[in-house]
Amino acid sequence: MSLPLFLAFAVLMVASALGVILQRNPVRSALSLVITLFLLAVTFLFLDAYLVALLQVIVYAGAIMVLFLFVIMLLNLGVEPQDPGRLGLKMFGTLAASLLALELIAVARAPGPMPGSGMAGATPPYFGTVEALGTRLFTHYVLPFEITSILLLVAIIGAVVMAKRTPT
Amino acid sequence: MALEIGIAAVKALVVLLMVLQLAGLLGWVERKGSALIQDRIGANRAAVFGFAGAGLVNTLMADPLKFITKEDVVPANADRLLHFLAPCVSLFPALVAFAVIPFGDVLDVGGRVINLQVAPLNVGILYILAMVSLGVYGVVLGGWASNNRWSLLGGIRGSAQMISYELAVGLAIVAMVMTYGSLDLQQMARAQGGVLASWLPVPAWGIFYQPLAFLILLCGGIAESKRIPFDLPEAESELVSGYFTEYSGVKHLMFFMTDFVEVIIVSGLLATMFFGGWQVPFLARDGFHFPGGGVALLPQIVVALLQIVSFMVKVFFFCWLQIMIRWTLPRFRYDQLMRLGWKGLLPLALANVVLTAGIILAVQG
Repeated sequence: MSLPLFLAFAVLMVASALGVILQRNPVRSALSLVITLFLLAVTFLFLDAYLVALLQVIVYAGAIMVLFLFVIMLLNLGVEPQDPGRLGLKMFGTLAASLLALELIAVARAPGPMPGSGMAGATPPYFGTVEALGTRLFTHYVLPFEITSILLLVAIIGAVVMAKRTPT
Repeated sequence: MALEIGIAAVKALVVLLMVLQLAGLLGWVERKGSALIQDRIGANRAAVFGFAGAGLVNTLMADPLKFITKEDVVPANADRLLHFLAPCVSLFPALVAFAVIPFGDVLDVGGRVINLQVAPLNVGILYILAMVSLGVYGVVLGGWASNNRWSLLGGIRGSAQMISYELAVGLAIVAMVMTYGSLDLQQMARAQGGVLASWLPVPAWGIFYQPLAFLILLCGGIAESKRIPFDLPEAESELVSGYFTEYSGVKHLMFFMTDFVEVIIVSGLLATMFFGGWQVPFLARDGFHFPGGGVALLPQIVVALLQIVSFMVKVFFFCWLQIMIRWTLPRFRYDQLMRLGWKGLLPLALANVVLTAGIILAVQG
């Protein structure tokens, strides 16, 4: 992985992530999130994880965010007015963000090797390919994988039930 | 190293220019073809020194000139940045999607074997799906940024339609991936080189293994490129021109080109997955091997050229087929479109996946 290229994309990614929360227009916020997710996929490419990168684009940037935009457009949300009344919410957000920052600093300053530090250097052959990921998913992680799929099925059935409920 | 980058750049440029050229030519085929179907003469007004070239001067020179020199109008209160970005977001993913479609087997130049595919990705077909799903943003943004009710309706229709049909298309492709055991389109094309059986000298093309997946992908592909009978997002009789009502000049031309580029990608996919891609029946890397035992050896360069021509003929056939469908069928109603996608194609594609898995298990186990 080349460091300057990674840094360039990382800076872009942080900038677009900031754009998500700093823009007043909901459509532009959603688009900034799309760009962030797309750049995250590029970061996966740097890590030789081609399949994960493309799935990131197809599922998040391509499908989920289109639905976000779809809802925003359907509700025809305009520019969100400045809302000074929600002080409690702002304080809660600041608190949560500072806790996360503290945690990250604690991890970075912890003694011992950084997580993943032994993984520098050449990746093994077939790393990140469909075959390698599929084999891993259906042997080592088969139980979490199946439980996740049942969870998604429950969510789909729940959505259908709620949509079919006749208004009283 | 520099030579390799050079070869890759040349391949990318050749494919890009071929797609753009074909997109321009399809404009001519569409206008003259529609005239043929509707018993008109069609584009014949423009001529250079009395030479009209059967409408070629009109569609390849006069039309683009008109588009380029037109005033670029942006509606009042429109989001100017997004209004500008929408056609780019629409055209760019469509143009780069062709990178993983192989246009030939290999070319042997002085001992250096060149793979005739711009990007030999391990996850090739997923790349096309990813690029197609990014193309949705062009439609959504175009509809939203124009500050126009008709555009917004078109954009909303377009996003719902493209997401709905992506599912059926994806599942049809899953069945093809199971059949070939690879996501790389070059591997898929190579797997279709033989014959069905020694007593049945028919090329082992995907259509004979997966006829249902072919029909689903053809329907879904036309729906993804938003052309009649699936052109609800633009629907001239209801929405003026849908999501690109408020676009003029070059931006309009870019949406227009996106349409044709998507037609070419669908054609390339259909040809590669179901009709052998660049395969010519009975043609191996060293020449023809006919089933009767006859052998006609050919130099490598001739074989490569035959393969490229074969691929182009197949792609052009499917482009022509899609244009004929576009000018023959009437438009769906919106509920019919959704019913076909969710209750017709999606269950069929799911059943096809299960059936394919069962057959593979039976054959292998």
